[in-house]
Amino acid sequence: MRVTVKLFATFRNNRFEIEDRECPEGTMVGEIVDGLGISRHELGIILVNSRHVSVEHALSEGDTLALFPLVGGG
Amino acid sequence: MEEVRAFLAKRAEGDLISWAVQTAAAREFRRSFAEIEEVILEAGLLPARYQRNRQMLSIEQQLRLFRSRVAVVGCGGLGGYVLEELARLGVGQIVGIDPDTFEEHNLNRQILSSPQRLAQAKVESAAARIAEINPAVIFHPVCEAFSSENGAELFTGASVVVDALDSIPVRLELEEVCAFLGLPLVHGAIAGWYGHIASVFPGDGAVRRIYNHWKEGKGAEQRLGNPSFTPAVVASLQVAEVSKILVGEGAPLRGRMLSIDLLHMEVVEVPL
Repeated sequence: MRVTVKLFATFRNNRFEIEDRECPEGTMVGEIVDGLGISRHELGIILVNSRHVSVEHALSEGDTLALFPLVGGG
Repeated sequence: MEEVRAFLAKRAEGDLISWAVQTAAAREFRRSFAEIEEVILEAGLLPARYQRNRQMLSIEQQLRLFRSRVAVVGCGGLGGYVLEELARLGVGQIVGIDPDTFEEHNLNRQILSSPQRLAQAKVESAAARIAEINPAVIFHPVCEAFSSENGAELFTGASVVVDALDSIPVRLELEEVCAFLGLPLVHGAIAGWYGHIASVFPGDGAVRRIYNHWKEGKGAEQRLGNPSFTPAVVASLQVAEVSKILVGEGAPLRGRMLSIDLLHMEVVEVPL
């Protein structure tokens, strides 16, 4: 199946802003994250089609996944 | 106070009262700048220092700001600018909460810091700055860390709380305390070129949603640090939100978060 991955802020460094990817049916958000070399404890907001999900969320054909790093400074 | 009103009315230029007249009234009647400011605004006059506010704020709204109390949790990068802007806007009572003193690594961005103020309490510097820029503001410095134990006491009488903290777990605690007390919270956070803000009303749980996947430690700011401009941008947006909430104008950033990327100059709205 085909999903669109959008990366924000530091996640774009040495990666990309937006990319369409081919992945097996039922791929979980966490697998995409791991495949991108993003450590799970860097994860802030995770959206699939603008809805908040967890790393265990299974993706479907045509989904758009958006990943934001944790930002907590003041 | 009738005498004070007469004194001011006689010296008003149009509906403006100059700082010189406000000062003379305070001296003549042995009243604080704050007391005189309240008389001015209640009489439908405007301290001249706020004349450039008036195209967006009516005198009634300026009086509402004057009678408001805002608590700012954290007086570092974000908090410094938030305090400066609230005081200039004319918010009458401000509580600044921070247990820390200035260190050298604060100098690149924290507007209340300077080489002379190293090792000084951040809230002490805030008190000096606010007294200098707007003596009519009553500032309450609290040189201690916010926690769920002291939250209710620190926020007594406050209409809005500003989250200018630098710790994710304490931000989560702050949201819980504000929800419990029924107070709106304006959340802001920064890391390097990036930042985000959101206005949170009791029961929204927006800060929890933003940090839903947090397990421990800090965010991207730990590696990136923070430059001079990111706190100024995010703090200014937070103050815009505070102003709107206090005067009841516009559409607050509720149920959504603005994620700001200054490196690519992109602003993305994230539903919360």
